Amino acid sequence: MTEHLAALQVVIPLLCAPICMLVRYRDWSWSVALFGSWSCLAISWLLLQQVMTSGVISYHMGNWVPPIGIEYRIDEINAFVLLIVSAIGAIVTPYARESVRAEFGVNRVYMFYTSYMLCLCGLLGVTITGDAFNLFVFLEISSLSSYVLIAMGKDRRALKAAYQYLILGTIGATFIVIGIGLLYAETGTLNMADLANKLSKNPINKTIGTAFGFLFVGISLKLALFPLHLWLPNAYTFAPSVVSAFLAATATKVAVYVLLRFLFTIFDIKISFGVLPLESVLLALSIVAMFVASVVAIFQPNIKRMLAYSSVAQIGYVILGISFININGLAAGIIHLFNHALIKGGMFLAVGCLFYKIASVNIDKLAGIGRRMPLTMAAFVVGGLGLIGVPLTAGFISKWYLIIGALDRGLWWAAVLILLSSLLAVIYIWRVVEVAYLKPSPDGNNHIEDAPPSMLIPTWVLIGSSIYFGINTDLTVGVAKQAARQLLGGG
Amino acid sequence: MIEFPPGLILILGALFVPILPSYFRNAYMLALPILGFWGLLILPEGILFSFIFFDYTLAPVRVDKLSLLFGYIFHIAAAVSIIFAFHVKDPVQQMAGLIYAGAAIGGAFAGDLITLFVYWEGTAIASVFLIWSSKTERSFRAGMRYLIIQVGSGVLLLAGAILQFKKTGSLDFTSMDLSDLGPILIFIAFGIKAAFPLLHNWLQDAYPEATVTGTVFLSAFTTKLAVYALARGFAGTELLIWIGAVMTAFPIFYAIIENNLRRVLCYSLNIQLGFMIVGVGIGTELALNGTAAHAVSHILYKALLFMSMGAVLYQVGTIKATELGGLFKSMPYTAGLCIIGCASISAFPLFIGFISKSLIITAVAEQGHWVVWLVLLFASAGVIQYSAMKIPYFTFFQKAPGLKTSEAPGNMLIAMGIVAFLCIAIGVYPTPLYALLPYQLDYSPYTATHVVTQIQLLLFSALAFFLLVKTGIYPAMIRATNLDFDWIYRRLLPMIIAGFGKLITLIDRLIRDTFLSLLNQLLKLIFKHHGPGGLLARTGLTGLMALLVVIFLALFLLIYFI
Repeated sequence: MTEHLAALQVVIPLLCAPICMLVRYRDWSWSVALFGSWSCLAISWLLLQQVMTSGVISYHMGNWVPPIGIEYRIDEINAFVLLIVSAIGAIVTPYARESVRAEFGVNRVYMFYTSYMLCLCGLLGVTITGDAFNLFVFLEISSLSSYVLIAMGKDRRALKAAYQYLILGTIGATFIVIGIGLLYAETGTLNMADLANKLSKNPINKTIGTAFGFLFVGISLKLALFPLHLWLPNAYTFAPSVVSAFLAATATKVAVYVLLRFLFTIFDIKISFGVLPLESVLLALSIVAMFVASVVAIFQPNIKRMLAYSSVAQIGYVILGISFININGLAAGIIHLFNHALIKGGMFLAVGCLFYKIASVNIDKLAGIGRRMPLTMAAFVVGGLGLIGVPLTAGFISKWYLIIGALDRGLWWAAVLILLSSLLAVIYIWRVVEVAYLKPSPDGNNHIEDAPPSMLIPTWVLIGSSIYFGINTDLTVGVAKQAARQLLGGG
Repeated sequence: MIEFPPGLILILGALFVPILPSYFRNAYMLALPILGFWGLLILPEGILFSFIFFDYTLAPVRVDKLSLLFGYIFHIAAAVSIIFAFHVKDPVQQMAGLIYAGAAIGGAFAGDLITLFVYWEGTAIASVFLIWSSKTERSFRAGMRYLIIQVGSGVLLLAGAILQFKKTGSLDFTSMDLSDLGPILIFIAFGIKAAFPLLHNWLQDAYPEATVTGTVFLSAFTTKLAVYALARGFAGTELLIWIGAVMTAFPIFYAIIENNLRRVLCYSLNIQLGFMIVGVGIGTELALNGTAAHAVSHILYKALLFMSMGAVLYQVGTIKATELGGLFKSMPYTAGLCIIGCASISAFPLFIGFISKSLIITAVAEQGHWVVWLVLLFASAGVIQYSAMKIPYFTFFQKAPGLKTSEAPGNMLIAMGIVAFLCIAIGVYPTPLYALLPYQLDYSPYTATHVVTQIQLLLFSALAFFLLVKTGIYPAMIRATNLDFDWIYRRLLPMIIAGFGKLITLIDRLIRDTFLSLLNQLLKLIFKHHGPGGLLARTGLTGLMALLVVIFLALFLLIYFI
């Protein structure tokens, strides 16, 4: 059994999807999704343990030996990303039951779980696979299902948002497949390890350069690197609450993982950063993202939209860490993947609780809500502290290593900018706090109380773990440092 | 034998205070410092309990003679303060006092700057509750100002520690010199807590607002921890000699005209700190011994004075010189104990102040700092003026305004009695204290010159005081609030800030408005058809995004191929 864990990681959600479709009845399909997501979490946990103790796992699909057959290859970094994705999935599913019932027509619930399982399967597949074309296939599975998930939003503008995402996502995927195609033409292989091997031997020519360009732009689009983030705010704003939380916490993280994989594993650092000063490009774009997106977030009347822009800014931090190309910087990026998934996932879930009760996420409607829904708002505020990077929250750990990474590179001004941009987060979080706690509650709101426990508990599990990982950093920092070392070591 | 980090016994012990029944609490609280003291006796010298935090090796406990001496006296002060507070039933004050004392003890044993920082902030945060426990509006505000300044000092300390670490790669708390920004920040942090001139006002501002028992705690720890830290980190820094000299001299005038007797004691606290800081600045073995010895004696007699004034406040309800008098008859024991404290602070021979202050003054003379020596002498005379004469005279002996009261409670008398006993015992037989000092000491305070000089000083001072009072020249005690430097930050700065505030609001509004309108225009431009609830222009926006992606790719490839 254990040797097939790698395959099961993807196969279980893939099988759960049609079962959800077949059982139809909403609680049954929910149970199937619950089973699927929790088994994924268990598997990814086992895989991480296995990788940490006995090193890289290489699983040959259908016993076809790579580079001909498809290989699933798990090392520290993707084991960690698998854990992030499946953990978020496992926490979001119990929450979904109540939230989805309120936000969807009763008849369409099973469709949600079907797409949700497919999306989970796609994201896990992208992460686990060691084959470039297979990666593209899973990327499409996750993207197509997420278009559907977003389109399920109650607001009619969700359709428009899904459509935009569809167009841009497809452009991104096309670029990626063109890039992979060019690489295949040049080297004749699709296996990542093999690609890396052959690319390091070949001299750099224009085909490889073009492939790199297509891949970089395509992936940047998927991970919403500024200024290619335009699809993201709408998608997160109008998607159903559960979907916003799930995608915000996982989809961009997986895309960042893909970027890391291409920059550091497939292309050598010499190609990635040697030919073009790519690190300066990433550095500049991420810093602009940190500031511009945060400032835009300040002016958003819709909290989900505000969080969406804040996500763009947070992706800026992750990319900033990567652009330092040193252990601490890369580790900071990877740590922040994890921490931001917890924080932002938790905050979107809290916002979902608000939406569940007051059917709006406009800031005007939140006057005095802190007294009506104390637990929900407390979760939001604690998450917000994490975004700001207050000590004892996970966000602090990320920024700590980010600043160390910046100082290691001698970029002290970048360290200053990191701190300054954190202040912007103070502003947009404070706006919400001010309205929710300091403004009197309108009379009509007296009956409102906290969301049901089935929604509050998952919210607090995420928020609570963001505090836990702000204090106990053994798992995050340990794994991230090892992963960073491995990426930089060219392995 | 089990070793335990000093200070933690008190801090952890404090956590159990609220759940204990109140009749048992006093015994329990008194047991903690006694246990802690015993723990010190079995502690081996050297660095203990070191561990790794992040990537740094921390040394939470460093035991040597200097830290042990401060450890001993802090434990004694804690025990006495606890006895003095036996009648208090408020668990907040009890916990705050214990944690505060524990943090100060921990700070005295900190072997690295991070541990020091933790305890440093610990003293700040715990002690503010002693001030807030007065539960008056004034005390709340004073406490707030106190907290801001104290925490600010901690932040400076941390910043300095980080810079120091970046520079030297070590977090050890050892001797530093003021050539870098890091040590300078640390120096200022210490200076704030040690109440350097112009940084001192939190002391006179906050201490008199604390509770009767709280002030006794406060007088013992914060400033002495700072003196310890200076002695550890900046011994021999010449700047300190001058800072100390200024500190001894200028509060005298304030002390003489101040009406609130607890505030008078605060100014006197400042002056005595000046003596210690001069000692640190001289930095010779004799001077450092003097500083350490003076810290010990100062903790004792200052606690005694604060306790006696606290007892008066507790019994009478006021501590204004103009409203007191004639208490000698109704509170004879308190009066007697207070006089012992006064004799100690004036360095009367056979009292503890004499054997410690003379060390510092001798060290100054040995190094030939004659100006400073004169200043210290002048300050000594001044001390006699206001504390030794003014406090007992106005409280106990001046013509009575007809106050009816009774003797202080037994626990207060016991606490004062213990300290008074120590003041006299060490004053008469200083050898055990001298043996505990950080350096070998070959010194005898009771030489004819010392004694005679001191007695002359005392007599002339006393003469001057009574002449001035009898002739009515002595500044009348008026119920005024004295303007000190803190006016600058309590009134002037707020005014300036308010002015600036208006300006900034104006500019801010201007910027925000322009920014908002710019942003709105931008949003209008990009999201032209994207108003909430409005019709959404599908092709325009999506096409634009797609165009952007293509441009991005084109740029990338273009640069790649050039």
